Amino acid sequence: MRPRVALFATCVGDVAFPNAIIATVKLLERLGVEVSFPQAQGCCGQMHVNSGFPDLAIPMVRSFAEAFSGCDLIVAPSGSCVGSIRHQMLSVARRSGDESLVSHVQEIVPRVRELTEYLVDDLGLVDVGAVFPHRVAYHPSCHSLRVARVGTRPYDLLRNVEGLELVEQENADSCCGFGGTFSVKNSDVSSAMLTDKLDAITSSGAEFVTSLDVSCLMQIGGGLAHERSGVRTVHLAEILAGTVN
Amino acid sequence: MGRAFVGIQPSFPAAAREALKDSQLRTNLAHATGTIRGKRARVTEELPDWEFLREAARGIKQQTLADLADLLVEFEKNAQAAGAIVHWASSAEEAIAVVREVAERHGVESFVKVKSLTTDEIGLNEAMNAVGVDAYETDLAELIVQIANEHPSHVLVPAIHKNRSQIRDLFIEHLGANEDTVDDPAVLASIARAHLRSRFLDAKMAVSGANFAIADTGSLVVVESEGNGRMCLTLPEVLVSIVGIEKIIPSWEDLEVMMQVLPRSSTGERMNPYTTIWTGTAEHDGPAEVHIVLLDNGRSRTLAEPVGRDALMCIRCSACMNVCPVYERTGGHAYGSVYPGPIGAILTPQLLGPGQAETLPYASTLCGACYDVCPVMIDIPSILVHLRATGPHGGTEKAAFAEVARTLSNARGMRRAHRWARFGLPLARLGSALRIGPIRAWSRSRSLPQVPRESFRDWWNTR
Repeated sequence: MRPRVALFATCVGDVAFPNAIIATVKLLERLGVEVSFPQAQGCCGQMHVNSGFPDLAIPMVRSFAEAFSGCDLIVAPSGSCVGSIRHQMLSVARRSGDESLVSHVQEIVPRVRELTEYLVDDLGLVDVGAVFPHRVAYHPSCHSLRVARVGTRPYDLLRNVEGLELVEQENADSCCGFGGTFSVKNSDVSSAMLTDKLDAITSSGAEFVTSLDVSCLMQIGGGLAHERSGVRTVHLAEILAGTVN
Repeated sequence: MGRAFVGIQPSFPAAAREALKDSQLRTNLAHATGTIRGKRARVTEELPDWEFLREAARGIKQQTLADLADLLVEFEKNAQAAGAIVHWASSAEEAIAVVREVAERHGVESFVKVKSLTTDEIGLNEAMNAVGVDAYETDLAELIVQIANEHPSHVLVPAIHKNRSQIRDLFIEHLGANEDTVDDPAVLASIARAHLRSRFLDAKMAVSGANFAIADTGSLVVVESEGNGRMCLTLPEVLVSIVGIEKIIPSWEDLEVMMQVLPRSSTGERMNPYTTIWTGTAEHDGPAEVHIVLLDNGRSRTLAEPVGRDALMCIRCSACMNVCPVYERTGGHAYGSVYPGPIGAILTPQLLGPGQAETLPYASTLCGACYDVCPVMIDIPSILVHLRATGPHGGTEKAAFAEVARTLSNARGMRRAHRWARFGLPLARLGSALRIGPIRAWSRSRSLPQVPRESFRDWWNTR
């Protein structure tokens, strides 16, 4: 039977970085997966929870639960959003005082997969047949590394991309400085962190930087463009789908 | 002496902006935190049972917090039986009053000190200085910070913001070192040693904190690396130890776990160099008069917080600040608190109470590195997020987030969000809310993303 998944596009992916989400769809379909996109979905609520407005996140969690009700597996190409779904969504649901929402969320959360988890664990693939003859630096986003805990899966997938040279960068697992509203509330510190991240990337000799999170790529890419460095940012799904142009 | 420290709370972003201008500070911090980070990683990775030790340490501190009232009384009873005089201080002022009374009764004009965050927290040095009693710091780094008339910038390495040539200059200026002194660590250490030796031998009174207070024996434990603590704790006739009530551990056996996780997490050592444990007084051995001041100073209030109370499990190892990417750039002074870094960002606002240090919970990207290294597994990111939720918010900020929330919770809103993103509307709204012009703040070092004409949803629905 053909595997089926529901796609969680993530709000920032849907609105501002559609290429990463389109690549996710194309990749999954090429691998024989039937992808659905529940239209009622919006945001997971992380931005509001992390900014100190957990109650405002309740309607978002409600629409998430309604959108993905009855779905077998839910795949999202984001370590950060998946991390928030796993670690914050239930506590937001509890704040609503709505027991049916709580049980609904409890039932959905274990069925959510980060894209690399789905590829490696559910499909059993590390080689998705991608070709990308470039030097690539991988930025392990904090939330994919320490909240969603995707482990070595992204590296396993990248190492099996034909022609791809994975370059080492100094302090690779150090934060890029984005942190949501941190990037504007503490913009000086955020920029200082970014400066070190950009130094590590540019001195690694990479032509591309990739990550599981478009928000980090927005920060890093914004810095690279500001510096006119010529290094490009692409989501991991774009490399695996072969949609980078 | 420096000014009193806790209570002055500048906004973190403003203080951080100043700190970031100091390129020497940035270099020193990156080098020092990077070195300690590496050492800690090596000595924790070598232990097959490291994660079990963390869980055990967490369990001990959780039990301590759950039973704190009983454990404190048990500690008091056992310490008194061993000859210690136990005082209870609900505030900094009450703790200072005890030290002052003891100093006056013995007619001392100065005392020596073991490095102690708790005494920094209550501003002891400044308060005693004001009544004519000098406090001499004897930890090398504390001495450096004291003669520089500054405050510690790190829990474990108070002078982490200074490099050796800066220290050499301070020693020439304040300790009478020769003008041609070289910035060799061994030379600098011997200058400090000679200076401190006379302080130890002259001292009639010492003040310390404690790393642990063991309830079932009434003992105090001080963990240090230089031997200055041992001198302070054994040579003077009178000893006053100021101990936060959360420093209790239930039993002597629990110390076994703590003495494994603490050195590996803090200095990256397998074993601590100087561990001094004392139980009341002993005839012809150590101080003849031993005082213990059990300090509350906001801890009971923090203990009443179901989420935030975990901050009281902290054993002050400083691993969280060594891995924190924010701390690594700003250093400790930007936090405006004795307790900087991630633990400071959750501890300081709670110890000080409502209306204080409100920018500290935002001094984090929530990257999670602190949680992964904490030896007692304090979920610092979750507590930061909790403190953001319970703290105050501007009306316009809240209105902007409410608008965004309504937008991002249905399909029609998502399409509107795409139009907004295309035309920068939400950023402008958020901008007026955060009152710092986020577009400007963002654009100083980063280009704004180009939002494509077609959202993902548009693509999906038309393919």
